[in-house]
Amino acid sequence: MTPDDLYYSKEHEWLRLEGDGSATIGITDHAQQELGDIVYVELPDPGSALEADDVMGSVESVKAVSEIFSPVAGTVTAVNDALEDAPEVVNSDPYGDGWLIRLRLDDAGSPAATMLSAADYDKHVASEAD
Amino acid sequence: MSLRRTPLHALHKELGGRLVPFAGWEMPVQFAGVVSEHFAVRRQAGLFDVSHMGELRVTGPEALPLLQRLTPNDVSRLVPGRAQYSALTTDSGGFVDDIIVYRRGEESFLVVTNAANTARDLAWIRERGGTAAECVEDLSDETALLALQGPRAPAILQTLTDLDLTTVRYYRFAEGEVAGVPGTVARMGYTGEDGFEIMVPADRAEELARRLLDAGASEGLVSTGLGARDTLRLEAKMALHGNDIDEDHSVEEADLGWIVKPDKGDFIGRDALVAQREHGVTRKLVGFELRDRGVPRHGYPIVVNGEPFGEVTSGGHAPFLKKSLGLAYLPADACEPGQAFEVVIRGRPVPAEVVPTPFYVRPGKKKKKKKRAAAAAV
Repeated sequence: MTPDDLYYSKEHEWLRLEGDGSATIGITDHAQQELGDIVYVELPDPGSALEADDVMGSVESVKAVSEIFSPVAGTVTAVNDALEDAPEVVNSDPYGDGWLIRLRLDDAGSPAATMLSAADYDKHVASEAD
Repeated sequence: MSLRRTPLHALHKELGGRLVPFAGWEMPVQFAGVVSEHFAVRRQAGLFDVSHMGELRVTGPEALPLLQRLTPNDVSRLVPGRAQYSALTTDSGGFVDDIIVYRRGEESFLVVTNAANTARDLAWIRERGGTAAECVEDLSDETALLALQGPRAPAILQTLTDLDLTTVRYYRFAEGEVAGVPGTVARMGYTGEDGFEIMVPADRAEELARRLLDAGASEGLVSTGLGARDTLRLEAKMALHGNDIDEDHSVEEADLGWIVKPDKGDFIGRDALVAQREHGVTRKLVGFELRDRGVPRHGYPIVVNGEPFGEVTSGGHAPFLKKSLGLAYLPADACEPGQAFEVVIRGRPVPAEVVPTPFYVRPGKKKKKKKRAAAAAV
């Protein structure tokens, strides 16, 4: 199930508003399934400034490398260091312990204008499969 | 162009295989997942569909002389029931393809080719073999090939056949029935494990695959895809045509000089390969390990002090060894273990060094005899 309380990008990232002007970002369950077994996660340095759609890192599976785009603008405040030794957590818990970065949003407004709801993301995934 | 399908296509879908285009074929890249399939083959067993590979039958009085002329290995040394790793070589000693030659009888041979190359191989054999090539027949469409690989493979297969598998040693084969299906059972593989490649009529392949999966379920046998096949062969440092070997890289450069037997007489590429053996090669295929995090992949540049030094031909994260490994051609004077360089991974130079290969040798496998020269020096 795609969690209802998150925002989604067409590039298969999710974003959770933390209510304090920051947001947590990861990749969706669909994305981790498509990638397969993840063996390496490359993340930005804390303090990095990201624009919307900037490449913020990459996720590599045994089969392929996939770039991760920041769906919004902000400054990175934390990255999930645990993935350095256990990248497979992105596969097993993509919406929880497999989060990638946290950032302070440049624009405290809702990302709803540029991102998708869970229902619309599911439709987007279904349309890609056609 | 529509993708070709093997006789196991429906079974792959039924078993949840993720099908992707590969070399013009629709093939399963994975079932449960590449890493779990990789471990299954290292610890228990996996069943691969490699029916996309080509099979050529070569028969008659011209068969032996034709194969001697087209390949660097000495086919005359094969007795019926044995097979050898070899190549179709170009005049410069490069690879049209790497192949396996089976000798079934005095004048009866079988050549197994890479899927992507079968048509090219046939054209090459006809071009260079002249009228003798009339003894070559393409059996690829009517032949299926299954690879049963892993330490439990012999026990699983023995439950389904009257052939005595203890007598079918490495690179030997026997013809008989498996689960009532007539076929050829050869002990070989592309994973670094013990195992078999089983050639059967295409219309009996699904029946055989189901019987093997049933018989092996209690031993931990799983369906395995091309993803795990690639990570397994990389750990075992087995070359992949199109990545590590091709027409532009010679057999000697690919560190496969052991398949070159110049004493057997003339063959295509002999002069070039003999010259390389006598005068040395300028570059050589070596294995390396990354010394920092990252995943090297085919085509990534290699640099030393910022200067071009080579290119990654195969690379990836090795699931069993838990390392980032790769193969690359490096200057021949810089191929010793410990040689340091950097792999440029999407703009970021990552330290790496040459290591001894194969990266993985299965437990209990006999070590190769030490070279005489080394022994004499002691």
